[in-house]
Amino acid sequence: MATAKTYDPELLRAERRRRENLRRLKGLGLHLLLIGLLCIMLYPVIWMVFSALRPEAEIFGDMGFIPTNWTLDNFVRGWQLYGNMTFTQFYVNSFIICALAIVGNLIACSMAAYAFARLEFRGKWILFAVMLGTMMLPIHVQLIPQYIFFLNIGWVNTILPLVVPKFLAHDAFFIFLMVQFMRSLPNELEQAAVVDGANYWQRYWRIILPLSMPALATTAVFTFINTYNDFFSQLIYLTDTSRMTVPVALRLFLDPSGGASSFGGLFAMVLVSIGPVLGFFLASQRLLTKGIATQGFK
Amino acid sequence: MSSLDSPNNPVLIAGETGVPARVMPRNRTGSALKRADNRAAYMFLLPWLAGIILITALPMLASLYLSFTDYAVIGLPSWVGLENYIRLFTSDRRFITSIWVTLKYVCFSVPLVLLFSLTVAVALNRGLRGLAIYRSLFYVPSLIGASVGIGLLWKEVFGERGVVNAILAWFGVAGRGWINNPTFALPSVIALNVWTFGASMVIFLAALRQIPESYYEAASIDGANAWQRFRRITLPLITPVIFFNTVLLLINSFQSFTQAFVVSNGRGGPVDSTLLYSLYLYQQAFQQLQMGYASAMAWVLLIAIGLATALMFWSSRYWVFYGDR
Repeated sequence: MATAKTYDPELLRAERRRRENLRRLKGLGLHLLLIGLLCIMLYPVIWMVFSALRPEAEIFGDMGFIPTNWTLDNFVRGWQLYGNMTFTQFYVNSFIICALAIVGNLIACSMAAYAFARLEFRGKWILFAVMLGTMMLPIHVQLIPQYIFFLNIGWVNTILPLVVPKFLAHDAFFIFLMVQFMRSLPNELEQAAVVDGANYWQRYWRIILPLSMPALATTAVFTFINTYNDFFSQLIYLTDTSRMTVPVALRLFLDPSGGASSFGGLFAMVLVSIGPVLGFFLASQRLLTKGIATQGFK
Repeated sequence: MSSLDSPNNPVLIAGETGVPARVMPRNRTGSALKRADNRAAYMFLLPWLAGIILITALPMLASLYLSFTDYAVIGLPSWVGLENYIRLFTSDRRFITSIWVTLKYVCFSVPLVLLFSLTVAVALNRGLRGLAIYRSLFYVPSLIGASVGIGLLWKEVFGERGVVNAILAWFGVAGRGWINNPTFALPSVIALNVWTFGASMVIFLAALRQIPESYYEAASIDGANAWQRFRRITLPLITPVIFFNTVLLLINSFQSFTQAFVVSNGRGGPVDSTLLYSLYLYQQAFQQLQMGYASAMAWVLLIAIGLATALMFWSSRYWVFYGDR
C-alpha cells in the first residue's frame, strides 16, 4: 500500500535530501537578490571612491570602472579648497563641536534619565510626558527666536549655540533611550549602596552610570554622527570662514565662483568627510552589539 | 539643537529593546524615601528643566508672538495681527508650491521606505548566514545619507554625466540631467531618502526576531503557504512597529532640508520643484530676513505635523494590533 511505502527509509531520506536541496537553492537565490540590491545601492559610493582616485580628466567618460592611472592628486587639491583655509581647520572645528556635544549629552541626559528612571517625585508623569512631547517638536518653532537671542548676546559665529543646548539636555531622545535602559537595572545594587550610606549623587555616579555603559556608548556614537552630519544649525550659526565645519565647507563646492570646479577634489573631500562616520560606526559596533547582549538578560 | 533630518535612529542599535513596549516608567512602590527623592530628583533634572524653559518653551512663545508681527531683525517687531497667516494662504504662490512639493515628498518617500525596509527585513529574517554583515551594509546609507557630502555625490550621480546616465547608455537609452529637470529633480531627492531605508529596516528586523518560531510551525502544519504566513502572522504582529516607524518617518520627512538644499544649491530649483517647506522657511528667515513671516510658517508646520501625528494615532485603533488586548 502507498501508506506503507511512505515509511520506506530510503524514500524518506531521498525526500529529506530533496527538501534540503530546495531550501539551499532558495537560500542561494535570496543571497543573490540581496547582494544584487546592495550592489545597486552602494554603486554610487564605489563610483565616487574610484573617481576620487583617478585623474580629473578621466572622471567622466568611457574610461572604465576601475581607474587605470591611480593618483592622490585630488585629495591634495581638494584639501586646499578655499584660499589659505584648508580642510584641517574645518575638521578641527567639527571635532571640537562633536566632542563638546558628546560630553554635554552624556552628562545632562543621563542626569535627567536617572531622575525619571530611578526616583519618585511630584509631577513626574507630567514632566515625562513633556519630555516625550519635545521629541516630536520640529526645531523650526524654536529656531528663529533662538537665533535672534543668540545674535543679541553675541553668540553667532561661535560654537556656543551648537554646544550649550546639549548641556541642557536638549536632545530628549537620548534621555528616553537612557530611561529605558536604567529602568531595567536591578534595584538591589542601589539599595545596598543606600544601606552603606551613599547619597544620591554617589548612587548615580558610582552605580547607575557604570552599569549604563551600553546606553551611554550608544548615545555617544549617535551624538557624534548627528552632530557631525548636522548642516542646518551649523549653516545658520557659523558664517565666518575660519569657524566653518566640514559640512558647511563642503557646501562651498556648490559655489561656481568658489574656485572649486574640480570634481576630483569634490569626490575626494566627500569621501574623506564620510570617513569619520563610518569609522566611528565600525569601531563601536562591537560595543553596540555588547549593549544589545547586556540588555538581553533583563 | 537636534539635527534636522537625520535618519539615524539610535533605538535600533540601542537595541532590540528599541520598540517601546511600555512607554511610561513604572512606579516603584513602598519607597520610604519619597520626600528626599523629590528634592534630589529636581536637582538631577535641573539642566533639563533649564533647557525646557530657556531653549524650548520661551523661544516657542516668542515665535508664536513673532508670527503676528513684521520683524526684520533690525528694529522692533511691529504687530500686524493675522496678516502673515493670511498672506501665506492667499497671496504667496511659492508657499503653496512648497506645500505641494513637501506633500509629494512625504507621500512618496514614507511608503517607499516602509516597503523597502519591511521587504528586506523579512528576507533577512529567514535564518540567512551573514545576517550581521548584511544588516550593517544596508544600514550604511542611513549613516551618511543626511550629510552634505552625499547630497553632493547625488547631484553628480543624477547629473548629466553621472552614473545613472552611464548605466542607461549601456542599454541604449539617452539620459538627461535628472537633477536639472523640473520633472525629475524631486524624484531624485526622494530616491535619496528611500536609499536610507536601513534605519527602519533594523527596527523591523528587531521586531521580526521576537516573533516565536512556533507560530510559523503551527501555521505550516495547517498548510499555510509563505504568503499566508506573512499576511496572517507576521503582518498583524508587527503592526505596532509599522506604526512606530511610520510616525517617525512622517515627522522626519516633513522637516527634510539638507538634501534639497544641496541638490538645488539652496534655491529649491529648478522652477521651485525641490522647494521643500523647510527650505522655503530658511529662505524667508535667513535670506529675506522675514522673521515674523517665517515664524508664522513654523507654526503652520507644527500644526501640520501635529495633525498628521494625531491622524496616525487615531487611525491606529483600526489597524494596529496589540497582542495583549
